[in-house]
Amino acid sequence: MSLPKEKLLRAYRQMKTIREFEERAHAEIMNGQIAGFTHLYTGQEANAVGVCEHLDNDDTIISTHRGHGHCIAKGADVIGMMKELFGSSEGLCKGKGGSMHVADMEKGILGANGIVAGGPPISVGAALAARIRKNGRVAVSFSGDGSVNQGTCFEAMNLAVVLKVPAVFVIENNYYSEHTNISYAVGCDDLKARTEGFGFPVFVADGADFFSVYEAAGKAIEHARAGNGPAGVFAETGRFHGHFVGDPQTYRAEGELDDLRENSCCLKNFRTTMQASGELSMEELDAIDAEVMTLIEESVSAAKAAARPTPEQVTEDVYINYSGQASA
Amino acid sequence: MSEKTMRDAINEALHQAMAADESVFVIGEDVAGCNGSQGEVGSVGGVFGVTSGLYKTFGPDRCIDTPISESAIVGAAAGAALVGMRPVAEIMFADFIGVCMDQIVNQMGKFRYMFGGKSKCPAVIRFASGGGFSAAGQHSQSMYQVMTSFPGLKVVIPSNAYDAKGLLLQAIRDDDPVLFFEPKALYQEACEVPDEMYTIPFGEAAFVREGDDVTVVAFGQMVNRAAAAIDALEAEGISCDLIDPRTSSPLDEAAILESVEATGRLIVVDESPPRCGLTADVAALAADKAFHALKAPVKQVCAPHSPTPFSPELEAAYIPSVEKIQTTIKELMAQSR
Repeated sequence: MSLPKEKLLRAYRQMKTIREFEERAHAEIMNGQIAGFTHLYTGQEANAVGVCEHLDNDDTIISTHRGHGHCIAKGADVIGMMKELFGSSEGLCKGKGGSMHVADMEKGILGANGIVAGGPPISVGAALAARIRKNGRVAVSFSGDGSVNQGTCFEAMNLAVVLKVPAVFVIENNYYSEHTNISYAVGCDDLKARTEGFGFPVFVADGADFFSVYEAAGKAIEHARAGNGPAGVFAETGRFHGHFVGDPQTYRAEGELDDLRENSCCLKNFRTTMQASGELSMEELDAIDAEVMTLIEESVSAAKAAARPTPEQVTEDVYINYSGQASA
Repeated sequence: MSEKTMRDAINEALHQAMAADESVFVIGEDVAGCNGSQGEVGSVGGVFGVTSGLYKTFGPDRCIDTPISESAIVGAAAGAALVGMRPVAEIMFADFIGVCMDQIVNQMGKFRYMFGGKSKCPAVIRFASGGGFSAAGQHSQSMYQVMTSFPGLKVVIPSNAYDAKGLLLQAIRDDDPVLFFEPKALYQEACEVPDEMYTIPFGEAAFVREGDDVTVVAFGQMVNRAAAAIDALEAEGISCDLIDPRTSSPLDEAAILESVEATGRLIVVDESPPRCGLTADVAALAADKAFHALKAPVKQVCAPHSPTPFSPELEAAYIPSVEKIQTTIKELMAQSR
């Protein structure tokens, strides 16, 4: 697959930004600078970027508890996100949501989501709006292999077919729903076939390869955008960290994490592909690496210096306008 | 007898209940852990470690991992209970009640009544509840106040390791469906807990402190904070009854009313928002049945009418603090007639 140079540079920059955002977030959590429960996307970057590179600003995504990567790939402000993780009132969600609830309506990001399979039904609604308005938009829901066993996921997939809406269900299979392997948690042998049983096509991708995801997502999004109803993308991927930061990961085989980092790294794979094709030079990619590191450093400095929320802000934004008793 | 954390006390209760009764089994997400993986199955024991060791001792038929499917977990527990088993299901976070509300409320909680008293459903559903972890709006709610409003469900909220063990053993023995809320901020808190099995009856409040001036009723995570506030006020000559109802359904109305009759002042403390919550419920009880005894308005100390915020500073302002409880007690003393 041949892509314009500008697109290649952008895709690499996005993946690298997600990687370094996550690795720095990990370090800051270990330093005690970031509170709460954080689920890192490291290792899965090609999935978010391979999908979002097909989306315009006005297309929507909805994400998961492991949402940083999707939000960055859809254009969320990295500094605003880092401030949010640090709990600042200058964060994208004013410190109200934190890691699990990063959102930016202006960018078509309908939120990371703390409830497994909370997102797919909502993306059907966004897709329904697109169908009614006939504006050519698509609504993507990202979710994981854990989500496919929730009733909400089944209901959303069926409703999307019934209503023939431009919803795209991206399922990232990182093999573990928390601490349980997909081979135990999904009862059938062929999840793709089970999903296609709802009545829409599913395109399979290698989640460690940007180009593979880009191609599969392209087909799914084109199908949905053309008015043919929903479509799915299945990507096999691996997370390089635990379910949450602090997870002892007793479910891993010996050497599994090293193997993932060595052999399933989308950044390495991207470089290898570029080296072989000659489309981008290693110097060009190195320059992006340096710029990304500067941006991440800047985001952390900004987050550390950013304003802290004050107690009065607890009851702000519960409603737009509410005349009842707003606080105890 | 030895000092145990609430986590270990609950874990011990589960071990003992399962050893004593073959109809007891545990089901939920990662209650064993690592199924289907290369790791050792059973090495997780729940995301908070509460079911640790059960898989090793009782095996895969009695410590059952599930997919992430909360409705099916609760429904499976309800169905097994309806035919005579005593399941203890784990829903990881109380907030996930949102996912399985129908199975709890419309199904499990109403079987007996709708079926004319001809069924029983001795299921226990355990939840990690409450704030204190900067876990934001979908992983910090108490939810027990909502569930208390549904007739047919019993609702338990332990505030310490000793009560947790005795109440859980009672819950498992109880023939009605029981929702068991474990304030996750208390998992590491320890106290003396007997090694043997014992039960604590439902609807029997604990008097955590005894005093003359103010009745303080506190639930779950708030009991320790209320105790700290009360202890600090002793030096100022203010003494309080501190009542921990331990179960919100059934509620020990008699204990609360008896205390209010004696003190004439009531403060109710909970970490949930105020509307239709436990603080309003207990305040209404006093207004209804002890109005003549009241020397001052009944005060609710609770979270504001807002979801739980993420930022640590905001969450600290959100959950009632020792200082806030203390200030409210002093204000109440000052404005009494």
